[in-house]
Amino acid sequence: MAAAFKTVEPLEYYRRFLKENCRPDGRELGEFRTTTVNIGSITTADGSALVKLGNTTVICGVKAELAAPAADSANKGYIVPNVELPSLCAERFRSGPPGEEAQAASQFIADVIENSQMIVKEDLCIANGKLAWVLYCDIICLDYDGNLLDASVFALLAALKNVQLPSVTINEETGLSEVNLKQKNPLIIRKHPVATSFAIFDDTLLIVDPTAEEEDLATGTVTIVTDEEGRLCSVHKPGGSPLTGAKLQDCITRAITRHKEVKKLIDKVIKSITPK
Amino acid sequence: MAAEVAEAEAADGRCRLRRFSCELGLLSRPDGSAAFLQGDTSVLAGLYGPAEAKISKELPDRAALDVLLRPKVGLPGVLERSREQLLQQTCEAVVLGVLHPRTAISLVLQVLSDAGSLLSCCLNAACMALLDAGLPLSALFCGVTCALQPDGAILLDPTARQEQEARAVLTFAIASADRKVLMVTTKGSCSVQEMQQCLAAAQRAADTIFQFYRDSVRRRYSKC
Repeated sequence: MAAAFKTVEPLEYYRRFLKENCRPDGRELGEFRTTTVNIGSITTADGSALVKLGNTTVICGVKAELAAPAADSANKGYIVPNVELPSLCAERFRSGPPGEEAQAASQFIADVIENSQMIVKEDLCIANGKLAWVLYCDIICLDYDGNLLDASVFALLAALKNVQLPSVTINEETGLSEVNLKQKNPLIIRKHPVATSFAIFDDTLLIVDPTAEEEDLATGTVTIVTDEEGRLCSVHKPGGSPLTGAKLQDCITRAITRHKEVKKLIDKVIKSITPK
Repeated sequence: MAAEVAEAEAADGRCRLRRFSCELGLLSRPDGSAAFLQGDTSVLAGLYGPAEAKISKELPDRAALDVLLRPKVGLPGVLERSREQLLQQTCEAVVLGVLHPRTAISLVLQVLSDAGSLLSCCLNAACMALLDAGLPLSALFCGVTCALQPDGAILLDPTARQEQEARAVLTFAIASADRKVLMVTTKGSCSVQEMQQCLAAAQRAADTIFQFYRDSVRRRYSKC
């Protein structure tokens, strides 16, 4: 009976729950789904992390390669993020060149890295003008159940914390680089940005961590990225229902609380990994 | 068709907007067109719609809006795709698409010159093109860019050099109804108070821009 009503009038079905301040999966409006993170699962990558936010599963693998720095920024390395939404993760994504959502997500991740300064490109330089690290960060969604951006940012952060770079020295006589795989150093992560996404319903209600169904019914989305000092690294509201400044402030407050929860989780995971 | 030009300048204490200029209906083929000039940044927008949609793209209950942003040089890349998504969702929020189901509305924006505040110029050009095409809208919107300088001062409508020197650049799309926020995108990091201050400054500047819209449209139709 309820299933039939849900198919015929999904929005009305949803409103019945929202009136009681809860959602069909039993969560409250400000509650996140169970977040789990698993790091170091891909042995062929220099750093990796798998994040599950409820059913949404995102895996991030980081590969480090050597390259010559660009001519106009001789002391900077590169970080190249790429978000892929393969047709495996949801029915609506077809195989082929990256669609609009994947490209927009890739741009968002690149902006978060740049805005938060979580990795300073100067730290990736080995020899000025000659050699620098390039970090290829591939974020692949395995199961899409909403809130891709939060899971991607979290997976990226956990994977980067897990990266161990071999030490590289430049031989003075030959001018060639020598890579020492036995001696590895972790990356210097200066800031820890965490994303919190909200869906806007009926122009007024804000719910946190939307599932795929909720995203389809929503009239807008907001994503706030904060760092540990409570500074805003990104406020991303791509159109959708208009919001007042006060509602935006509520989102920011919730995002700052969420940051503390996620930071605790990451610290716990990193501590549990014994150094090799 | 006679080209209409209107100009506006805003002085909001220390926050000044650059000289605005707008030409409506300058292209003959699209249903609506507008060229918007902010200082030296200019964007040309053309709007086709509501027109017949491809069966794969059509939506059963409302119009399908898609945006194409072409940069001045080179092919559109990931940055343009991300901006197109911002513009598309902003326009979808104001256009009353339910009045034209199973149709397609195409907005094409061509960047003519970029001297800072490009995204807000695109937003303004898009809104003027929507007005010129006569599409039903629930509210108007305008784009305002704020740059936070290293000393904490807020600059509205920054030039390219000011954007580069700033530690954060925030772009807002403000709706005409109650000056609510339709779209936000930020570059660089800032504190929560600074963001709220920029938002307040942007909402004040929005008043001037909406007055400019009104004057442009009035001038355009006063001669007919």
